[in-house]
Amino acid sequence: MREQSILRIVAKLLIPYILLFALYVQFHGDYGPGGGFQAGVIFAAGIILYGLVFGLNAARGVAPPLLMETLAALGVLIYAGTGVAAMLNGGNFLDYNALGDHGKHHTPAVVQSGNHHTSVPKGDDSHHASVPEGDDSHHEQPSFLPHGQHLGILVVELGVGLTVAAVMITIFFAFAGREQMQ
Amino acid sequence: MTDNMIVIMLLALLLGTAITIARMRDLWAAVMLTGIYSFLGASWMLLLDAPDVAFTEAAVGAGIATFLMLGTLALTSRRAKAPKGRSLLPLAVVIVTGAALVYGTFDMPFFGNPQAPVHQHVAPQYLADRVPHNRDGRTKVNVPNIITAVLASYRGYDTLGETVVIFTAGIGVLLLMRQRRTQDIAEDDK
Repeated sequence: MREQSILRIVAKLLIPYILLFALYVQFHGDYGPGGGFQAGVIFAAGIILYGLVFGLNAARGVAPPLLMETLAALGVLIYAGTGVAAMLNGGNFLDYNALGDHGKHHTPAVVQSGNHHTSVPKGDDSHHASVPEGDDSHHEQPSFLPHGQHLGILVVELGVGLTVAAVMITIFFAFAGREQMQ
Repeated sequence: MTDNMIVIMLLALLLGTAITIARMRDLWAAVMLTGIYSFLGASWMLLLDAPDVAFTEAAVGAGIATFLMLGTLALTSRRAKAPKGRSLLPLAVVIVTGAALVYGTFDMPFFGNPQAPVHQHVAPQYLADRVPHNRDGRTKVNVPNIITAVLASYRGYDTLGETVVIFTAGIGVLLLMRQRRTQDIAEDDK
């Protein structure tokens, strides 16, 4: 397809946005639709589009097959490693609550930030006094997120995204490379 | 009213696409039509308030699956062989199976029915966990998109299993293709 200038230019314009959208879906999956699986497929679709228009060797240059195979394994390792990390922190396998000790510090701040939750007695929130007000200012959206759960879900989704994207690209290389041999 | 119109049109388009694919002999066009079918299916799922599923259907069904089928097509013929004679048995099987499935839907609760069994089991607990002022606050999952919370946290084991399945699929494809490549090299050496 080297002579098709319209295809090449449109692909060149589209691919950065496809990859950017994949990253958005990846890291915004806990707020909107999507997550690691969808993000991985979209990212792979961007690379595959590149390979279809600019040739297999160009795509192999962007996403080296050896790197893809490593990333596919790394994704599973990140996922399972999150579970093991939770175990090392004293929780069950994949129990994200064990990942962050901040969870119990954050919850009282929520109780205060929501006006209609003032009925909760403040006496049993012993941590509250020790937490400075600015501590949860970086959580501008729902400040009631328990830290461990949010962290665990983000890391796990990253693992899923890595594996899915790498496997899809690997399968693309396998199919397209075979086509080229014949 | 307009909602119903959209639903009826989408379903009619889905049916039309499916029948066209079944009657088609040109496989390349059939693959393209399956991509269109996936997009229509994704739109339909979006109407059912399932954006996550619609997302997956559009990305996998219309994107990756279409490409994989085109890749397969490049290795085989572009046209399907015309069937020998007209056999009524497959048609009968399809009609009977379809009728049985439609009959089965009569027992299903209506779409969005809050009394449906699926909304009585664990779903209320998942929803309750998202409310910030639950009693012991910190053990709850408060990710705004509850589907992500269910997939990655409540059903974390399942999703780990799915990720391993995808990884295994990739390894399988690699092993098959790799073996072929070394065979070719061995043949070249002879």
